[in-house]
Parts: sequence; C-alpha cells; structure tokens
Amino acid sequence: MTPDNSLDFAATRVQHKPMRLLIIEDDRDAADYLVKAFREVGHVADWSADGEDGLALALDGAYDVLIVDRMLPKRDGLSVISALRAKKIETPVLILSALGQVDDRVKGLRAGGDDYLPKPYSFAELLARIEVLARRRGGRGEETSYRVGDLELDRLSHSVKRGATEIDLQPREFRLLEYLMKHAGQVVTRTMLLENVWDYHFDPQTNVIDVHISRLRSKIDKGFAQPLLHTVRGAGYMIRDGAR
Amino acid sequence: MTALGKLVRSTAFRLTLVYLVIFALYAAALLVYFALNTGRLITEQITETVDDEIAELTEQYTIGSWRQLTTIIENRSLRPGSSLYLVTAPSGQGIAGNVGSLGPGVIDKIGWSETAYRRLDEQETAQHSALVRVTQLSGGFRLLVGRDLEERGRMREIIVAAARGSVALVIVLGLAGGFFVARRVLRRFDAVTETTQRIMAGDLSGRLPVTGIGDELDRLAMNLNDMLERIEALMRGLKEVSDNIAHDLKTPLTRLRNRCEDALRSAKTESDYRGALEDMIEESDGLIRTFDALLMIARAESGQARENMTAFDAAEIVHGVAELYEPLAEEKGLAVKLDAPEPAMIQGNRELLSQALANLVDNAIKYARPVESGEGRAEKPPAEIVLAVRQEGDRVLLSVADRGPGIPAADRTRAVERFARLEQSAAEPGSGLGLSLAAAVARLHGGELRLEDNAPGLKVVIALPHSPGG
Repeated sequence: MTPDNSLDFAATRVQHKPMRLLIIEDDRDAADYLVKAFREVGHVADWSADGEDGLALALDGAYDVLIVDRMLPKRDGLSVISALRAKKIETPVLILSALGQVDDRVKGLRAGGDDYLPKPYSFAELLARIEVLARRRGGRGEETSYRVGDLELDRLSHSVKRGATEIDLQPREFRLLEYLMKHAGQVVTRTMLLENVWDYHFDPQTNVIDVHISRLRSKIDKGFAQPLLHTVRGAGYMIRDGAR
Repeated sequence: MTALGKLVRSTAFRLTLVYLVIFALYAAALLVYFALNTGRLITEQITETVDDEIAELTEQYTIGSWRQLTTIIENRSLRPGSSLYLVTAPSGQGIAGNVGSLGPGVIDKIGWSETAYRRLDEQETAQHSALVRVTQLSGGFRLLVGRDLEERGRMREIIVAAARGSVALVIVLGLAGGFFVARRVLRRFDAVTETTQRIMAGDLSGRLPVTGIGDELDRLAMNLNDMLERIEALMRGLKEVSDNIAHDLKTPLTRLRNRCEDALRSAKTESDYRGALEDMIEESDGLIRTFDALLMIARAESGQARENMTAFDAAEIVHGVAELYEPLAEEKGLAVKLDAPEPAMIQGNRELLSQALANLVDNAIKYARPVESGEGRAEKPPAEIVLAVRQEGDRVLLSVADRGPGIPAADRTRAVERFARLEQSAAEPGSGLGLSLAAAVARLHGGELRLEDNAPGLKVVIALPHSPGG
C-alpha cells in the first residue's frame, strides 16, 4: 500500500547520541563481539570480566546503561545489581542470561534489573532495548499525549488523530500505538511489543505481531502521503516523522 | 546373620516375646488367686461344719451325760471319713474318739488349731494334718472335733500342677505362634527389601509385592509403588529428552552446517553470501525456539513452575490469546470465535497456560486450512477456530477446536509425544512441540490434555481442576 514504510537498520542510526555502556560478562568472545558491534553503531562500551571489577567500575555512575550477565565469577550478576541499588546508583541495567524462563526473569527484575534478555539474543534486539533504557533515564517519562508528525495520541481522552482525521482504534491497537509513540524514533522489536503491550514473555512461534502492526498501519498510514510506522528490516518497527 | 538369629531379632518376634511374658505372668497370677481362694473356701467350710457338730455334741452332752456323748462319738468314729473326734476326761485321759496322737498341747488349747495327727487304727508312722477345735465341757471334760486337711492339700496340688501345665503350654504355643508370625512378616519384608535392592541396582520397572489383604504393609507397598511409578515416569521423560535432543536437534544442526559449507563452496556474489547468512540466522533461531520449548517442557514436567501459581479466571487468558491471534487467523481466512459464557476460576501459572493455549491456536491456524471456495460451499463447515471455556463438575475445560483435517484416532496419542509430527503436516514450519508443551503444562496443573474429534476437525481440550476458592 504505502510505498516507503520499510527502513534499513543503518537508516535508523542517524539521530542517536553516543552512549557509554559497561558490559559485565565473563565470556571474552561474547564481550568482544558486543564491544565491536556497539562501536559500529556509534556507542562506547567498556568491558569487565567479573562481578567485583564490574561493580567497582559501575559505582562511579558514569555509564548510561549496564549490561550484566547473571552468572559471573567472584560475584554473581544479581548481587552486583543489588549492591548498586543499595548505593543509590540508578543506572539502568539490562540482564543477559542463559536462564530464560519466566521465573528467572522475575528474579532478575526483582533484584533491580530494568530489563531481561535471555541468551542467545540478536544484537538488534539488545541494541533496541539498550536505547529504550537509556532514553528512559534521559527523563522522557510518561506524558499525557504523544505527537509524531501530524499523528497525535491523547492518553487522557483515549483518542487518536491524524491531521484533522479522527482515527478509531481498538483498545489493544491503542496500546500498541501508544508504546510505539512513546518510543518514537527508536527501534522497537517484536518481543518488546509482545512484552510491553501484551505482557507475554513467550515466543508465539508465528509472527503474530506483524499482523497487528499491519492492521494498525492500515488505520494510521493508509491514505496519507507520508508513512509514519516503519518496518526496520532485521530488527522491528519504528514510528517516526519521515519528513524530519 | 543366621536365619534363626534374624528371626529372633525381628520386631514381630520380640513383640511376641513381650506378649508371651505378660500372658504367662497373668496366667500364673490367676492361678495363685484361684488357689488361695479355694483354700480359704475349704477352710471356711470345715470350720462351719465343725462348729455345727460341736454345737450338736455339746447339746447332747448337756441333755444326756458324758456317757451319751461318748456313745455318739464312738459311733461317729467308726464311720470312715475325714472327721476326727476326741473326748477327754478331767484327768486328761482320752475316753472316746478316733485320734491316735496329736501335736503336743493341742488338747490344752481351747479354740482352733492346725495340727499333725494319727488315727487310732493307723500305724505309728502315719502322719496327717487336720484342722481341729477344742471346747471345754462342764465337769472338766473336753471335746475335740476336727477335719482332715488332705482334701485341701490335694486341691492345692491339682492347682499347682494345672498352673505348671498351663504356663508351659502358654510358653510353647506363644513361642510357636511368635515364630510363625515373625516368619510370615519377615518373609514379606524380605521380599520388599529384595525388590528395593533390585530397583536400586537400576531396574526401575520392579514393583513391591502387594498381597491384597489391604493391611499396613500392603498400603506401604502400594504407596512405594506409586512413588516408583512417578520416579520411573520422570526417568523415562529424562531419557526421552536426551534422546530427542540428540536425535532431533542434530538434524537442524546438520542442516545449518551444510548451508555453511554450501555457501563457502558455491557463493560468488555478496548477495549470495548475505542470503546464506540470513538463512543460517533463521535456522539458528528455529533451533533456539526448539531448545526453549524443550527446556520449558522439562521445567513444567519437573513441577518447578508450581511456585508461580495464582488464582485467576481461565476465560481471561483465553480472551487474551484469542485477541492476540485473531488478526493472524483472519489473514489466513479463519474466524476466531470465543465461547466463554461465564468465569471459571483456576489455580495456575498464567504465563505457561497462555503459552500452551497460544501453541494450540497457532497449530490450529497452521493446520486448519480454510475450505476452498467454490461449489457446494454452503455444506462445508465454516472456517473458524473456536476457543471455549466450560466448567464441568470439578473440571475447567479450555478447548481449541478447528475445522481442519483433524488427527485420526489412531494417531492421537502419538501426536502428544515430543517431536511427533504427523506425516501430512511435515511441510509446516515449527518445532512440533506445541502439543507436548500444552500436555506438559496441563499435567503441571494437575490436569490433562485430550484430543477429540470435532467432526470434522480437531478439538484439543486442556482439562484443569476447578479452583472454587478464587
């Protein structure tokens, strides 16, 4: 339908500020890969191979996001996070772990983690989550309305408008759009949508999310010259004002 | 340990011994009491008759004279029996009676005494004992009347003999009974021990013998058997998992490796390489999915996920899953219908149950091809997937029904097994673990998974226990 709603991953990288990241991970190969991959997208990543050292580095609070493995030598990941939180260091933490079941996840978040990504993961997924975490820290919290281009979503009146056109959305479509708009300009992965919009933490085999997105897209983009809801190949989705 | 030693050391035998001692003591005490009472009764009877006789004789003496008394005494003395009589003159001389000799001083003591005596008609050596009473008559005469105590002695002997006999009998019978009971119980325990040793040695199919009497030992054996059943099932599951991991994960791994080799050998352009790499990522994502599903099943079956159970309305999660899949189904030309008329409370793990349902709906969408449009369309069943929640007795039934080809009755059991993919579905992507995961989740919740004929189509039912508490 709308000709240009698909983006290359690289095309989404233009407007990002560089971040300082700390990776606490004992597997050297995995860490090297991450450091390199983050450098390629313009972020700076430090690496620490054990819990004690990682905690010491993280304590100065200069990082934007910490990426912490759960099973670490000297001090395990969850205890590193608890120690940080006890010292009032509120740097966002993403936990990486081979333990991917629901209760492992709950444990991780309870210890003070902000997000949880089971191994193995795709770099695009990790990057998308890191950027959302960093932005959250940047202060953009809950707002009563979001605006992208001429698309406007009002959280109080539960209404969506594109230009002068009132758009009628189902409750779930509204929440989907709300999440996308809250993270406008950022890549949002399918798993992130499933977790945050539906609150499911399992993999639904078939890509059910794609169909929900295309429904939403037909409501907000169809008939408008400028598409706002983009598919980011190999990563997920992004809502942004293409004209900018 | 010798067989006898083992027998003697057995709990049953020791218990028998304790009972035996208690019983023997009881029997002995009873006989002693009996003997004492009998002796007292005999003595009482003697004193009574002697008192009567003395009263009668004294009267005779008062009415008549000592002559009349002596005549009566002489008469009575001639009668055979156990009675003793003696009348003495004031001088102390015996003038009538059948007493040959008495203990010294007996005749001088007024009242009752027990004494040795000899009858007149007996030899010097004869010696008996008797209970006698001496009364003073007027005029210095004395009268002695007594009864031989032989009867009492005999009675005592009989009782002592009876006591010995019965205690001996109690001991013999008790020991024999103890041996018998102990051996019987021991044999059953030995059988249990033997079986458990065999089981510990690795033969998990062994079961403890149950006699069918329904006693404590039987109940214990049945409980242990149930435990063994569970252990065996768990072990079987574990073995299945490792077999399946070995067998079925190696297939996609081989495929992955082949693609790498193929790309190295034949790819020329950058886009060839890119295509090959994208294929490989897709293949490894599939592997990860399979692996996750296997871990999830293992975890569900081990019961670990029980910690996160809460009470909620089953209709709620069915709504959620239906809503998630509705657009996908619609895209494939299928309608999703919800049939959840009333809330049905269950106790469970919301996430796992949602995942199980999602798997079932995903399967239904994959395999339930919509009917081709064209002629005779009116007769064909509607292309729809029905998600229903029903409460039946103490069960809550969550069902996903489609109008696809269904599964032949013969294949239904196999369909729930891990990795089983029926021939006709081999072309569809997927790990083939959806049904087994749903079955594992159902079992985790104390329920079961049933495959039913939807005539036409397949109806998968997760039957869970109803949790009225809410």
